[in-house]
Amino acid sequence: MTAIEEREETSAFSDALAVLGAALGTILGLYLVAFSPDPVMKFHGALLGGTSVLGALYVLTQLTGNQTAAREFYHDGPIKFAAIASVFWGIAGFIVGDIIAWQMAFPWLNFDLPWTSFGRLRPLHTSAVIFAFGGNALIATSFYVVQRTSKARLFGRWSPWFVVIGYNLFIVIAGTGYILGVTQSKEYAEPEWYADLWLTVVWVAYLVVFAGTLMKRKEPHIYVANWFYLAFILTIAMLHIVNNLAVPVSFAGTKSYILFSGVQDAMTQWWYGHNAVGFFLTAGFLGMMYYFIPKRAERPVYSYRLSIVHFWSLIFLYIWAGPHHLHYTALPDWAQTLGATFSIMLWMPSWGGMINGLMTLSGAWDKLRTDPVIRMMVVSVAFYGMSTFEGPLMSLKAVNSLSHYTDWTIGHVHSGALGWVGMISFGALYCLFPWLWKRRGLYSMRLVEWHFWLSTIGILLYITAMWVSGILQGLMWRAYDELGFLKYSFVETVDAMHIPYIIRASGGLLFIIGALIMAYNLWRTVRSEVSVDAESQPLVAAAPALRSTLAAAE
Amino acid sequence: MLSKHGIFERHSWLLSIGILVVVAIGGLVEIVPLFYIKSTIEKVEGMRPYTPLELTGRDIYIREGCYVCHSQMIRSLRDEVERYGHYSLAAESMYDHPFQWGSKRTGPDLARVGGKYSNSWHLAHMTNPRSVVPESIMPGYPWLAERKLDPEEMAEKLKTLAIVGVPYSEEMIANAAADLEAQSNPEADGAEAVVQRYPKAVVGDFDGKPGEVTELDAMIAYLQMLGTLVDFTKYDAAGPNLR
Repeated sequence: MTAIEEREETSAFSDALAVLGAALGTILGLYLVAFSPDPVMKFHGALLGGTSVLGALYVLTQLTGNQTAAREFYHDGPIKFAAIASVFWGIAGFIVGDIIAWQMAFPWLNFDLPWTSFGRLRPLHTSAVIFAFGGNALIATSFYVVQRTSKARLFGRWSPWFVVIGYNLFIVIAGTGYILGVTQSKEYAEPEWYADLWLTVVWVAYLVVFAGTLMKRKEPHIYVANWFYLAFILTIAMLHIVNNLAVPVSFAGTKSYILFSGVQDAMTQWWYGHNAVGFFLTAGFLGMMYYFIPKRAERPVYSYRLSIVHFWSLIFLYIWAGPHHLHYTALPDWAQTLGATFSIMLWMPSWGGMINGLMTLSGAWDKLRTDPVIRMMVVSVAFYGMSTFEGPLMSLKAVNSLSHYTDWTIGHVHSGALGWVGMISFGALYCLFPWLWKRRGLYSMRLVEWHFWLSTIGILLYITAMWVSGILQGLMWRAYDELGFLKYSFVETVDAMHIPYIIRASGGLLFIIGALIMAYNLWRTVRSEVSVDAESQPLVAAAPALRSTLAAAE
Repeated sequence: MLSKHGIFERHSWLLSIGILVVVAIGGLVEIVPLFYIKSTIEKVEGMRPYTPLELTGRDIYIREGCYVCHSQMIRSLRDEVERYGHYSLAAESMYDHPFQWGSKRTGPDLARVGGKYSNSWHLAHMTNPRSVVPESIMPGYPWLAERKLDPEEMAEKLKTLAIVGVPYSEEMIANAAADLEAQSNPEADGAEAVVQRYPKAVVGDFDGKPGEVTELDAMIAYLQMLGTLVDFTKYDAAGPNLR
């Protein structure tokens, strides 16, 4: 058999498998629509069935025999999809976040309706930004990075598409579920049992595509960014499965009860919760940092040895940090002490990563002035350093007794989420769009400048407002009067938050305006090849294939 | 030594195994002993499974995301104990699948809110929080009083909880639907049986709508029992319960 025949045969096999999978999805979806007594389950069955039918139809139009054009070496279609999805969900998630921020300043904005009340919108916000915006950015960049650093095409014919479509279907099922009141109440793991099972299937496919691409790499060594992506995928699988163990009340209904209870469930949840931060929002995005900063700065990673030490110590220590969410609670003291101890130790590998990212700019610091995309990524790493210093500080029991349950935690999370995760993703997206759509550069670099300053000012307003309100509230809760009675009633501390809440919501608004500018800029980049300020963009902003011609022209 | 690292960089399966081993250790050490060390959960008197009405209220509490603003975990700190009552014991959430300790106090802790306010206060507060607490930023939940409960769902829920380890007896499961209705109707024949099966259960027409069992009945019944089960006159923190 020739190589071409062999390729055609495996393609035909992939097509058959994809159609079969889509048929199964259709049958399951139809079954739920027909027989579930639960209207939300019927709706989610329809979503699954509808997506499966569309998927099957698409596969049938793309059968191997119909393919005449030579395919490109790298498989970038699913990456483009996930990159656009990331921008879309990012803006949706930021807007929901700002709505609930205004609700805390002006409670009438809850409208006293089930679908618009804070308790249902808050999980929508957290899932939209972490899993929809962040998750799609991670899938897009990991698929891009693993192909380029392995010199291999993505593993599988349809499985990369299954990963991106299946993942976004999970997002829609989870998000619509929250609005309709379907949640299991475990923070950042709110989706119910059936959505969790679906995500497990998608995640295994993600692992297969990623690891399969690594297996067929042409480079002898696995690049450091891929270590982080691999650790992120494997660990999230472990955390997701254990934390979501549950028994459904019925197989056609949405409700389930979690397997563990009380103190064991609390420990499992924060083992999951803190490592959703550690592996989803840190390890995954460190993978992004290790590819896009050296690539954009055209400098090698600062230290290979530091990468090794930083990688293994980070993933080993992070897992232990969960109990610092449970200080002074009914969790046994020994577990609390372990959590605090490892959180302090975690400071070192975190700053190791920060130093490795920042020092990659050695000899290229002038790019901070000339390239706002680099500046965005460097500021992101600075925010990473700041919040990974603040985190260990807050994990000390003495500090935690004040900070826990207050807005200080919210501010801390957002300096990491908006500053680190948001800015590094924006930087990566600004790199990716011209590279994927084969453009000379971005539509406008000036708009990147605007985005940079709006989001930086927005983040600073956000976190300073939360420091003020959090520390103020913590101090008011424990204030005593001269007779030894508690000085403030609870509601007085709520009243004191009003102004910080308005400042926080305004900072969030600036961040959204910045993101909207980014969306416009990226949309113009996709739509046409014209750049308004091509002369002020570095050569590396252009798609790799165009760079040699551009360099020759200069 | 770092030169040996090349082996992980050349073999993706070895790198994967290395990662899995390294990330498994912390969780194993911190989680598994909690299931075996006996002192993790104190021995206390008074803990019992939720009544069907309380359980329904708890499910609504979860559905509406109350946990994002209210904790149910009083820490062992002076001001918290003075503000909210005795610090929370591990035993008090042993039947909570999942736990509701929370992570943020936009509103006050609810671990011992049971019995602190009257049913009619809760009725007014849930419908429009600012009618009783002008500075409150809590959303109103007027729709809870409009939604009637379906008693037929109860037995399946109790059975599921029994599977995950909550000691619901066959008698409790068989009477689940009847108990749901009886607890919200002080006139009902079954009201005494509810209290017998579930000691300290509060019976009452919580939502002020006699003859109807609504989601608001369930929510208030749940809030009114929170933190009331353990008898702290008999609990000795310095005694054999000390962890």
